[in-house]
Amino acid sequence: MTVSQQPKLSVRGVEKYYDGTPVLERVELDVAPGSFCTIVGASGCGKSTFLRMLLSQELPTRGDIMLDGRPLPDEPTPDRGIVFQKYSVFSHLTVAENLILAKEFEAATLTGRFFGSSRRTAFSDIEELLERIGLTAARNRYPAQLSGGMQQRLAIAQALVKKPAILLLDEPFGALDPGIRVDMHELLLGLWQDLGMTIFMVTHDIHEAFKLGTRLLVFDKIRHDPQAPERFGATITYDLPLSAPVAGPRQKPEDIATVIGVPFSAEAAIPSDPNHP
Amino acid sequence: MRVINRSPSRLTALALGLVPFVATIVAYAVASHYRRLENPADKLLPSLESMGQAFWRMAAVPDKRSGELLLWLDTFDSLWRLGTGMALATVLALLIGIGIGFVPHVRSALAPYIATFSLIPPITVLPILFIVFGLGEVSKIALIVVGTAPVMIRYTAQAVLDIPREMIIKAETLGASVWQMVTRLVVPQVLPKLIACMRLSLVPAWIFLISAEAIASTRGLGYRIFLVRRYLAMDVILPYVAWITLLAFLLDRLLLLLSRRAFRWHHLGGDAL
Repeated sequence: MTVSQQPKLSVRGVEKYYDGTPVLERVELDVAPGSFCTIVGASGCGKSTFLRMLLSQELPTRGDIMLDGRPLPDEPTPDRGIVFQKYSVFSHLTVAENLILAKEFEAATLTGRFFGSSRRTAFSDIEELLERIGLTAARNRYPAQLSGGMQQRLAIAQALVKKPAILLLDEPFGALDPGIRVDMHELLLGLWQDLGMTIFMVTHDIHEAFKLGTRLLVFDKIRHDPQAPERFGATITYDLPLSAPVAGPRQKPEDIATVIGVPFSAEAAIPSDPNHP
Repeated sequence: MRVINRSPSRLTALALGLVPFVATIVAYAVASHYRRLENPADKLLPSLESMGQAFWRMAAVPDKRSGELLLWLDTFDSLWRLGTGMALATVLALLIGIGIGFVPHVRSALAPYIATFSLIPPITVLPILFIVFGLGEVSKIALIVVGTAPVMIRYTAQAVLDIPREMIIKAETLGASVWQMVTRLVVPQVLPKLIACMRLSLVPAWIFLISAEAIASTRGLGYRIFLVRRYLAMDVILPYVAWITLLAFLLDRLLLLLSRRAFRWHHLGGDAL
């Protein structure tokens, strides 16, 4: 991470409470443009809450999140794309219709819909994109007729149509087979290298986090009250640059897995990508 | 093989489906036969032929007094009232239901009101409707709307709330305005469920229609069966009931067909009845 640049996103003293119970506390973060931050942590440690706050789906109880030095809008906007684990694409639209939807919203204020020649133009404009995500043959199918991997490829492509500066991924590959995941990693890394957006990705898979990210954020509780386990919230306990040479005792996947209480098994390891920087 | 794992072939399924119908008709014919053995002038269980003749008279022979074909006139009037009432209820369900389901302020303002309103037994409103709108078409259509719209509104609002939040947020990140979200996301997601709700609402709609026609009308299927009731004309009433049932069945199937044609995506995951 270069210090001279203005951070793309900075988080200052963010806390999040649900009904008086702290989930996150004292979160501080500066992220350089073009970073790929992977976020791991035990279940219920607030990593998805953190991602939802970056999306403005939820607002911090205290503290500020700044995007390019300005406070985040308080509702989701096109500058931040999102891919959820499921329900990310529109079930009533075909693959191609899902992909032209953002352009329809932009061009047709009143109807939100293209007709006739503009519709044909929009469909021909997405040929290349369909090719890239391998859904050319499935262009007229509905999401329910696609496999899980195809649906997530569509979801990622759809989220990138508006060219968001920040892409948020909430366990996007959590429901996919390991083999399919490797393909998805390649697609995602390729798109990230081409488009240069900043990515935040929540994952349960510690290998995925190490393989994809340029920076690993670990969420965990640092303060514990044995009499009141709900007393304290989680925060970022480890912030590891992954592109830099690995040093120190806690910077292997096994160690992080132990720290956050995620079972680690060598068989589950996903082969690392030699092309990845 | 266990009985739960055995499925009938198409032909067997058709035959099995027909069995209860045939059994009912046979049981009726037998009972009617024995009653008429005792009293040939029995009016309670008329023979199938006499019902057929009565139905033919209503459908194809001009009425002596007015020169009209009563069955078709009654059918047209009743279907017009039913269709207008259901159409109004559906439009209300879309407008108010989407408002309640999609906009929290509208929900706070209208949800408790609609919930209360839907608890009024609609038939108790009928005298009020007759007084306010007179005995004409408006009060009958209004009864159907009052009887079906509140439930349809609540169902539609729930259908909007059931749209995964993820989809709505995704639409926001794709730059959609609220209006665009309504036209491109909420309405398409809700319409197939609204059609399912219409199919269910047709049952009470028929009840309110027939009731209103029975009380104050000069034409219509409900008017006719309550008129001929005075003469114990079971040979007209029974075919009329069968005819109303057939109409209701056809409307239900038409709506299902419409849903399957227009919202194919909704029926991909296997379908129920």
